Amino acid sequence: MRSTRVLSWLRGAAITIVCLGFVLPIVWMFAAAFKTNVQVTDPGVGLIFSPTLDNFRNVLADGEVLQSLRNSLIVGVVSTVLSAVIAVPAAWAVGRFRMHRTGSLVLVARIVPAISLLVPWYYLFAQAGLVGSYTVLILSHMFVSVPLILWIMIGFFEGLPIELEEAARTDGLTVFGAFWRIALPLAAPGTTTASVLAFVASWNNFMFALIFSDETTQTAPVTLFNFISYASTDWGGLMAAATLMTVPVVIVAVLGQKYLVAGLTAGATKG
Amino acid sequence: MSATRTAPPISRAADRGRPRSFEQANRRLKWTMLAPALAFVGLMIVFPLAFTLNLSLTDAFGAVNAGKGYVGPQNFADALTDSRRFWPAVERTALFTVGAVLIETVLGLALAMLMRKPFRGIRWVRTVLVIPLLTTPVAVGILWLLILDPTNGIANHLLSSVGIPPQEFLGSVTQSLPILMLIDVWQWTPMMTLLLLAGLSTLPEEPEEAAHVDGAGLWQRFRYVVLPMLVPTLATAVVLRSIDALKTFDILYATKGPGGGSSFEVETLNVYAYGLTFDYQEYGLASAVLVLFTLAIIGVVALLRRRPGRGSA
Repeated sequence: MRSTRVLSWLRGAAITIVCLGFVLPIVWMFAAAFKTNVQVTDPGVGLIFSPTLDNFRNVLADGEVLQSLRNSLIVGVVSTVLSAVIAVPAAWAVGRFRMHRTGSLVLVARIVPAISLLVPWYYLFAQAGLVGSYTVLILSHMFVSVPLILWIMIGFFEGLPIELEEAARTDGLTVFGAFWRIALPLAAPGTTTASVLAFVASWNNFMFALIFSDETTQTAPVTLFNFISYASTDWGGLMAAATLMTVPVVIVAVLGQKYLVAGLTAGATKG
Repeated sequence: MSATRTAPPISRAADRGRPRSFEQANRRLKWTMLAPALAFVGLMIVFPLAFTLNLSLTDAFGAVNAGKGYVGPQNFADALTDSRRFWPAVERTALFTVGAVLIETVLGLALAMLMRKPFRGIRWVRTVLVIPLLTTPVAVGILWLLILDPTNGIANHLLSSVGIPPQEFLGSVTQSLPILMLIDVWQWTPMMTLLLLAGLSTLPEEPEEAAHVDGAGLWQRFRYVVLPMLVPTLATAVVLRSIDALKTFDILYATKGPGGGSSFEVETLNVYAYGLTFDYQEYGLASAVLVLFTLAIIGVVALLRRRPGRGSA
């Protein structure tokens, strides 16, 4: 009896230490965002200090960071919505009609290194005069989110009982009607999860925007990257900018943890 | 007469449950539903890949469309005989992927086993696990630049408090790649743990209980009962993680800049191909490298998906 209690205590301690290992670096970043530059570069200053909002004030006064966050939001929302519109019906077709060979196209899209598409994209988009536009950023981000949403939603539709749609058809709905009025509403939680993950992928994407954006359309990761080169001594400002990018993601993670984990692990357990 | 001639087809159709036109409508519907996604894949992936393949056989260089003559497999020959940048990049890519994924798998499996039985606070633990893998890689890179700063970082401060001399970390040619592997481990071990936890939750409990009754210890139950059942999930998780690790770019580029550092110390295939394309504008050669890289990734995935014992099972 006593040994099991010791064991479970040890387990709790081990889990706590592991979690601290994963979360402390992020906490360190958040803390640094509220430190003066003298405090940031003094490792002796831990997590207890009198916080200042100066870094955020400076970063936001610049305007560039705010603009890039807005760009990230625009590109993320539009590319996610368009991807969901394309991918959700396709996922339903693959799931309901058992078209697994067509479905495995998704895996191909996931395997192809994005960079091997950058050369032709750049050629074509440059000729169309689109480099630097939102259009290119949105299209390129859809390269990630279409396969991602398909991947999650195929499994989701396969998990929905087909009987409900069949009953609806007996009641006089067409097959499409059954999809539109029965399957789609039932799949709303899955679609939400997949869309949130697709948005996060777009929010985090660096490579596409590095190439296809200009000063007015550049997304947050690129702005942050440019910060390193010309403001490498302004650690406080850097951390404030990084925090502004990370906070939305952390909020999403805290609020939707259960659904996100389900989405992230969808399809993985079926082999 | 006419009634008897038309009757059989109708009844046969009724036997199959629904009229043939309905089946045809379904077939048309499913392709309609798939069409936009297939068009997207074709336009944004298949066609560009063909374009890259075509470009790899030319000497395209410099500004868009300049000098495009076919040179046959010359670019491939150039890449494959380049022992200065190409092969070291191949080596680094392999080292980074194998090293990081191996550590992530072992660590992820250990954590998943540790967290397998329900406990209080699992909700918070899962939230903590989701955060690193959702965090923007560029922000992660900058965060570790601060932590690992040789003079001002907390890492050396902590090391010195246990008597270890200060390290150069990302400032060092030899330490950069291993350090970046560790950052990858920090960011992606949680993913491995979550995938394996999901896999563990689907396993039946009876075999383990039976083994327990038969006197198998903790390790034996893990090694001979749980692990074999977990192999499909493990394989999927390793494939997914390997695909992404092979393609790692953001953190390498964000922390070390173009070319993977002053002496290319973290120049993987991805970073190399990126530099060839957008810094040197060697489109022909870059395309050849990318074709080789894509083939290599497909090869690795095919190899990993050929699971031991799958054919006989």
